[in-house]
Amino acid sequence: MNVWIEKQKYLIDFTLASLARRKAKNLGLLLVYSLIVFLLASVMLFTHALRQAANELLAGAPEVILQRMVAGRHDLIPPGYLERIGRLRGVQEKQGRLWGYYYDPVVKANYTFMVADDRLLAPGTLVVGAGLARTRGVAPGNLISFRAYSGKLFTFSIADILPAKSELVSADLVLLGEADFRAFFDIPPGHYTDITLRVANPLEVRNVAGKLAQQFPDSRPILREEILRTYESIFSWREGIVLALATLAVLAFAILAWEKASGLSADERREIGILKAIGWETGDVLRMKLWEGALLSLSAFLLGYLAAYVHVFHFAASLLAPVLKGWAVLYPRFELSPVIDGLQVTTLFFFTVFPYAAATLVPIWRVAITDPDAVMRG
Amino acid sequence: MPATRPSHLALCLLCCGGTLFVASFADATRLRQQRAGATHEMQALVRQLQLTDLCLFTEARYTRHPSQADLHSAFQEHPLALEHFPSGSLLLPPAILSSRHERLDREAEVPD
Repeated sequence: MNVWIEKQKYLIDFTLASLARRKAKNLGLLLVYSLIVFLLASVMLFTHALRQAANELLAGAPEVILQRMVAGRHDLIPPGYLERIGRLRGVQEKQGRLWGYYYDPVVKANYTFMVADDRLLAPGTLVVGAGLARTRGVAPGNLISFRAYSGKLFTFSIADILPAKSELVSADLVLLGEADFRAFFDIPPGHYTDITLRVANPLEVRNVAGKLAQQFPDSRPILREEILRTYESIFSWREGIVLALATLAVLAFAILAWEKASGLSADERREIGILKAIGWETGDVLRMKLWEGALLSLSAFLLGYLAAYVHVFHFAASLLAPVLKGWAVLYPRFELSPVIDGLQVTTLFFFTVFPYAAATLVPIWRVAITDPDAVMRG
Repeated sequence: MPATRPSHLALCLLCCGGTLFVASFADATRLRQQRAGATHEMQALVRQLQLTDLCLFTEARYTRHPSQADLHSAFQEHPLALEHFPSGSLLLPPAILSSRHERLDREAEVPD
């Protein structure tokens, strides 16, 4: 056993010396390889943690939300709707929600105005999200003015700012009282944006939604299950930018592997020829090259993965933020709770380490079984 | 043979990398516990305000509340239109649009 270990150590010594002879090329290779792993791992860790966060946070969302559709568009719930729902079996609580969007031309950002039922908000006061407070530069006690869609100017006083830790769900929120909301958006009493229903038994949810769909043909019930599924499919590997990134990474990888598999440089061929001529066996040459591939791909995997972990969970995935931000002015600052999917990491490991190590072996084997004389002259 | 053979150094570095790799899982658990307070705070806010979406993309209404948007609002211009907002490329893929929504219309029997 000791002899075997010693032999492997000599092979590694030789491999490292051989790699050092082509320092620039191999360092470049390691850098590009690590970058590919870093990119893939960053997206993988970030999207998985985000999906988990959505699952955990939105588990408390209402079981059913009833929207009214007019000509295929979301419309206000008219008076009497809430009462017409009556006493559906299984529904614990039903409530009309009031919320809407407001474009603030001052900072060119979209806000979500929402009536907060549980909060005691005095008329003329607001509670705003930390993202909005940062973008508009406001603090509790400040006055803030918004021009309503009717053209009238409304001035509110900031009563409080929502905790900065909750920005992932509240960065753009403006919470206000019902009377203020109705006055600002000119919504008459009795109208609501949508209706939420709390259903205690999860088995009843679909029945309740089905009954609502029949009772109100102009409505669209949205289940919490659907909300969670929407977030499950966001950032799925099959989609949009993630797919583009994955495709690019796979292509870059294919080029790397192809470069290795399609042949060796004259230097490398001569090196193998000399090794064979001085008595190395084909197996030794293969083992030496296997170590070369393994050292390079393992180092690249570890470097890329560790950098991705630090980037996503200690630096809030700052390199991915511009992609997520899009054209939005208001972007939440949030720290994701790290959730690492072992299967995903294993998949990444197998897809990045093994193909490279395998791709290096084929051409080496082809050269190593040829006559040393022919290889050196070749 | 000197003590600092290149192979020793390389194996040492790989071992360090491996240890850091394992440590990343431990660090993830530590950070999760550390950030549990923020998670509970957000869960309470979601329940209290009956929120339905994460505030990730504020650039358009259907990206701010993707779960509440019309089914085809991301492609509302025409079916083959290129997505207008950048974050639209992160959500609502056409291939699984149909499978994401429950079929409720044919399941109800009689209204209450």
